[in-house]
Amino acid sequence: MNLARFRPHISLKNLNVYYGNLRVLKDITLDIPDRQITVILGPSGCGKTTLLKTLNRLLDFVEGVRIEGQVLVDGEDIYAPGIEVTRIRKKMGLLSQRPQVLPMSIYDNVAYGPRIHGLKDKKKLDELVERYLRIAGLWDEVKDRLREPAGRLSLGQQQRLCLARGLAVEPEIILGDEPTSALDPQSSQNVERCLVSLKSQYTVLLVTHILRQARRIADYIVFLYLGEIVEHGPAEQVLNNPLDPRTKAYLSGEIS
Amino acid sequence: MKWRYLEEKVFQGLMIAATLLAALVLLIILGTILFKGAKALSLEMLFRLPKGGYYLGREGGILNAIVGSLQLAGGATLLALTISLPIVFYLNYFTRPRSLWPIITRFSLDVLWGVPSIVYGAFGFLLMTWLDLKASLLLGIITLAFLEIPIMGRAMDEVFKLVPRDLLDASFSLGATRWETAWKVVLRQTLPGIVTAILIAFGRAIGDAASVLLTAGYTDNLTTSLFQPVASLPLAIFFQLGTPYPEVQQRAYAAAIILTLIILAVSFVSRRIARHYSRHLVL
Repeated sequence: MNLARFRPHISLKNLNVYYGNLRVLKDITLDIPDRQITVILGPSGCGKTTLLKTLNRLLDFVEGVRIEGQVLVDGEDIYAPGIEVTRIRKKMGLLSQRPQVLPMSIYDNVAYGPRIHGLKDKKKLDELVERYLRIAGLWDEVKDRLREPAGRLSLGQQQRLCLARGLAVEPEIILGDEPTSALDPQSSQNVERCLVSLKSQYTVLLVTHILRQARRIADYIVFLYLGEIVEHGPAEQVLNNPLDPRTKAYLSGEIS
Repeated sequence: MKWRYLEEKVFQGLMIAATLLAALVLLIILGTILFKGAKALSLEMLFRLPKGGYYLGREGGILNAIVGSLQLAGGATLLALTISLPIVFYLNYFTRPRSLWPIITRFSLDVLWGVPSIVYGAFGFLLMTWLDLKASLLLGIITLAFLEIPIMGRAMDEVFKLVPRDLLDASFSLGATRWETAWKVVLRQTLPGIVTAILIAFGRAIGDAASVLLTAGYTDNLTTSLFQPVASLPLAIFFQLGTPYPEVQQRAYAAAIILTLIILAVSFVSRRIARHYSRHLVL
């Protein structure tokens, strides 16, 4: 098995997450490979979203949460005291289950990130907005109505706008929390295609419960069950020759 | 089956009756002030200051009270907004939701909301003696702002609570700070609600007589300094109704019409503004 192409970008070491007394993530130790699509598979309620939110520290806002262990991004512990949280978050673009556009125009949605990080130059902003809307495959559809409210776009377009918005802060990692679950098949396909085209430059980490989606785009698979990592490895191996009986049961649809 | 149908009809009838009752009371109030005051209403009243013998029923107008009320309520609303907006930001984004501090703050605001305005008036009066001030526009504004803060604060707080968590996360995940998120995202999303909160508070302040009675004084002239006493419509109505002269009492009702029209106009304009800015709202 050739593991050389899976150079770690994010490393989790003995990660435990508690909501109050409930332990939702149990001793997670995992390397997430650089510039690959890693898919976290698992039935609902197994801690997939929690794991994702641990990475960009959105979990900080959840009441009564306790995190133990280490999360290293580029070798840096993002839970170390004194770390600048906004810089960590800026490294990761997030796509949520329902696309969540900001209450402003299409243009301003994409420009929001660069602006808060200090970019004021109008021409540069224009360039950025166009570049990332193109990458998200949305430019041709919206180029004549950039000043319109983003809420008027269809859900599929909104999700691609969120992708463009996330890319505009120049992250290294793209986190997707079932980003196609609210979309129709055509829009889902557009988003998937985008993600695949992005993996040459970004580390993509995708949470999903859609097995076929995992088969289509995953390079590396992590199977999470009841807060534990059951199995992880290159996609072809986990999907075709799972080692653990629970993974087999999940893949054959016995647990879902 | 028949009984259920009857039940439905009975309760529908009760609801309609209650709605009509409320509408009827409003109509009676409006009818009364229109009926009693319309005759005294004139352009002269709107655009002139009281002249000698005004309170005996002769020439002049109530420009002093109209301008004074706008100064008082406008100033108080601005002051209350600059205080309650930070409170609401703080309560919603800078404290842990279930910690003691926001609970205490919300409880205090709720209690203050129910405090009668004469108590605020008395408090303003105490403030006046402590600070050795005279009854003035400034003191009136401060007192009315106290009256407005709980109203505005709690009304805005409710609107802020409705902002979807995912919207905040979307902003945070781009590396925005809590302040940037509150100022650039939440404020836009809640703008119509904020305008409504401002309106309710403004309406309450401009119509309040008890808070200004002891703190703002009264004058027959326009007020050009924060440290002069200032006239107000509720007090103009109060004083005029208290005279034994029917002509003057009629003017009180005319002043009430003007007060009502001001509130209507302010509410109309701000709703238009809010609608203009609400086109970007999400969800």
